[in-house]
Amino acid sequence: MMNHHDFQQDPDDDDGVMESLLLHDEPSNPLQPPPNPNPNPKPDHHHPLLPSTQSPKSPTTFNSFLDPPSYAEAIFTSFDSSSSSSSNGTNHSHHHNRNTLTDELPSRSGSGSVSDYLYIFVSDPQKEQETSASLVPGAATTFYTYLITTRTDLPEFGSSTSEFAVRRRFRDVVTLSDRLAESYRGYFVPVRPDKSTVESQVMQKQEFVEQRRAALEKYLRKLAAHPVIRRSEELKLFLEAKGRLPLQKSTDVASRMLDGAVKLPKQLFGSEVATAGELSEVVQPAKGGRDLLRIFKELKQSVTNDWGGSKPLVVEEDKEFLERKEKLVEFEQQLSGVSQQAESLVKHQQDMGETMGELGLAFVKLTKFETEEAIFDSQRTRASDMRNVATAAVKASRLYRELNTQTIKHLDKLHEYLGTMLAVNNAFADRASALLTVQTLSSELASLNSRIEKLEVASSKIFGGDKSRMRKIEELKEAIRVTENAKTCADREYERIKENNRSELERINKERHDDFLSMLRGFVVNQAGYAEKMAAVWEKLAEETTAYSKEAAEL
Amino acid sequence: MKMSTAPYDLEQQQQHQRSGVAASSQSPRSPSSSTPFLSVSVTDPVKLGNGVQAYISYRVITKTNFPEYQGPEKIVIRRYSDFVWLRDRLFEKYKGIFIPPLPEKSAVEKFRFSAEFIEMRRQALDLFVNRIASHHELQQSEDLRMFLQAEEETMERLRAQETGIFKKPSDLMQIFKDVQSKVSDVVLGKEKPVEESDPDYEKLKHYIFELENHLAEAQKHAYRLVKRHRELGQSLSDFGKAVKLLGASEGNSLGKAFSELGIKSEILSTKLQKEAHQILMNFEEPLKDYVRAVQSIKATIAERANSFRKQCQLAETVKLKEIDLERQRLHRSEKLAEAEREYHELKTESEQATKTFESIVRLMNEEIGRFQEQKTLDMGIAFHEFAKGQARLANDIAGAWRSLLPKLEACSAA
Repeated sequence: MMNHHDFQQDPDDDDGVMESLLLHDEPSNPLQPPPNPNPNPKPDHHHPLLPSTQSPKSPTTFNSFLDPPSYAEAIFTSFDSSSSSSSNGTNHSHHHNRNTLTDELPSRSGSGSVSDYLYIFVSDPQKEQETSASLVPGAATTFYTYLITTRTDLPEFGSSTSEFAVRRRFRDVVTLSDRLAESYRGYFVPVRPDKSTVESQVMQKQEFVEQRRAALEKYLRKLAAHPVIRRSEELKLFLEAKGRLPLQKSTDVASRMLDGAVKLPKQLFGSEVATAGELSEVVQPAKGGRDLLRIFKELKQSVTNDWGGSKPLVVEEDKEFLERKEKLVEFEQQLSGVSQQAESLVKHQQDMGETMGELGLAFVKLTKFETEEAIFDSQRTRASDMRNVATAAVKASRLYRELNTQTIKHLDKLHEYLGTMLAVNNAFADRASALLTVQTLSSELASLNSRIEKLEVASSKIFGGDKSRMRKIEELKEAIRVTENAKTCADREYERIKENNRSELERINKERHDDFLSMLRGFVVNQAGYAEKMAAVWEKLAEETTAYSKEAAEL
Repeated sequence: MKMSTAPYDLEQQQQHQRSGVAASSQSPRSPSSSTPFLSVSVTDPVKLGNGVQAYISYRVITKTNFPEYQGPEKIVIRRYSDFVWLRDRLFEKYKGIFIPPLPEKSAVEKFRFSAEFIEMRRQALDLFVNRIASHHELQQSEDLRMFLQAEEETMERLRAQETGIFKKPSDLMQIFKDVQSKVSDVVLGKEKPVEESDPDYEKLKHYIFELENHLAEAQKHAYRLVKRHRELGQSLSDFGKAVKLLGASEGNSLGKAFSELGIKSEILSTKLQKEAHQILMNFEEPLKDYVRAVQSIKATIAERANSFRKQCQLAETVKLKEIDLERQRLHRSEKLAEAEREYHELKTESEQATKTFESIVRLMNEEIGRFQEQKTLDMGIAFHEFAKGQARLANDIAGAWRSLLPKLEACSAA
């Protein structure tokens, strides 16, 4: 980044003079201020060579060492018109501008009307304190809440108000995410932002809060973009319900650990009649705390799957699925590689722009120097040549920076898809764990059956029957009945998840094709467009120095 | 032709430079034999020797019709230290004239024999000799003739002699540094006034010192720009490879588009590397050369200061001797004759010193105008080449990306 401290702070020193020389030499320039309706990019992007509010006026032209570049050239114009979020027709390259909720609205008066929309905005982080008594008296924990504003015309949100807002904290988002993961197994559920990052340790609080706000907004919008999840009860409650979030923190781990109820294995041992409610647990993956024994059994099963001599009774048969999965794995790898290189590319483009700018600056100083000290006409000529070089370099530098902003925007799609791959992996994991449950129950059934067989054989040898054995056989038969019920549920769940996987795969394949195509197009158009602008800058300089060309020398 | 209004005539200047000088790496042409010409080229760098003692030798081809030279064409083999010898001799003999600069002595070891470094050095050495050959005074130099004509053994002997009597380059550097600091002191007004009181000359000194700083900064950024081009090129190449892999795994028309993108990236990467080299040779090196030239002027400034001091000292000494002589005359001392002789010797020496000093002043005044003109021309050429190179690169980039668009359109239609 150009050392903009010199520019902004010291109007008296050399660089400050430079700034004034570079700016506002044409107070009547009809292009000031820039027509961009969102004139305030983030502060660290403030370009020292763009008009600043405190620059002094230099009315006389003999003080200018550079022609101020046309501001039309300096303005951000994206070359491509595509943008995934709806635009109300202005050219703006910074979306997610939190201060203006209006610029995300569809244009009502525009050509097409948008229906079934669900727009979410996250804003206004505020610090709050825990009201409940903390362990250490006098030390209250603080946390941040965010204002979640929703605009929608979806009927389930209540038709009266089209806009409403609630306050939520990050913990609520975790809850939402966990519940969605439970309810929508097999779907590519967008992955929530991390609880803590390395940066959160080193960042300033304000920066971190802002980063979190942006991440939350992105996450909620991804949820709203998912055709199935956007209509979920969980999301609706999260967006709409005032006050405390009425979603239970998923799988009440604490209470289950406390009562030590290990329900499913009890069913397996036939000591209880399974109730409908307990059956539903079959369709949940085994979790820590309550399901110790179940976990143990499923682990044993998975080891059997991997190392056992015989195949498990149920296997992943869907060849098509396996193929697709492998392809996706490969896709993820390649994508990750491209994403890394894209980051590196952006960095080097940035560096190029910076160095070009520094070169321009060095020539500005030389120009000024030679002009002031000139004794010979040859010096004045050289000063003029250097001035042209400086102008070209500064313009090129600015173009590189603009190009980069656009490049980042396009290549960000790559990062997004890496995030999607996480969701995909989770969905595949859901499938695998459901399959494991089915396999475990199958094994259990098989072993129960074989035990009954053995007992029957043994008891048939005793004349008149074997009362204790007969009783045992009855118990086992009961266990089988329960286990069969459980297996039916597990089968159903497994099939359901498989179907979710399939439909989701179809969905993202189509979207992926479109998304990547538009990303490529945007990237290419931008690179070409800015290259052409740069060519114009350098061609101008070549023309200005044409007297020195070999052709001229040979005349 | 857009140039600021100036009576400075560019064309004339270019003609003047090219009269009898071939500043490129091919063999010098042979123009008509009537007008006197001296044309030199430094070519064919070859690595000789082994290990620590390895060095590069150059072929120096001279074409001339100067009567003092042996025949119309002569080829000799020279090495870097021979050039240094020539520079030192000229500096000693032609005080007041800005001796053309040499490329730096040594470089980081592993870089010393890289193709790029060798080419940069060869180019700089070629420029060095040609500038001498086209300078109307320097081209008359005996030492130049020796350099261009003498057999290798003779050259070796001369080189060995000089390091004994004269100073080694490193010593010269030290002298320059000492003098530089003395001159800086003088410029800054720190030292006691054994200095000229010419305000124009003060201005010139100040200008030269400042100029070096500004130029060095520009050159530094120009060098960084070379690096940036290389880095961006490398990055694009890596990006292209990764995109190609992605394209291969996608398979369909989109995959093909990715592959094409990857291929274009790799092509552009090569172009960036080429441009990096161009910038190095045609933009950064001329800036470096400019810096060296300014440093050479600083050496001349130091020499002038020495000469001035010497002149003053001798003038003082003569005055004292005069007084002493008068005294001796009055006292009719036996040492009178000797004193008179000494006095006359000193007087001659003093007059000589004054002449030397005045000659330096005169020459510098001529040189500075010529220097400014030459530099405007040199820089103009460098700027033009730089602009052309960047424009070419940008157009290539635009063309490559644009050629992808129809393929992308085909994808979306599918």
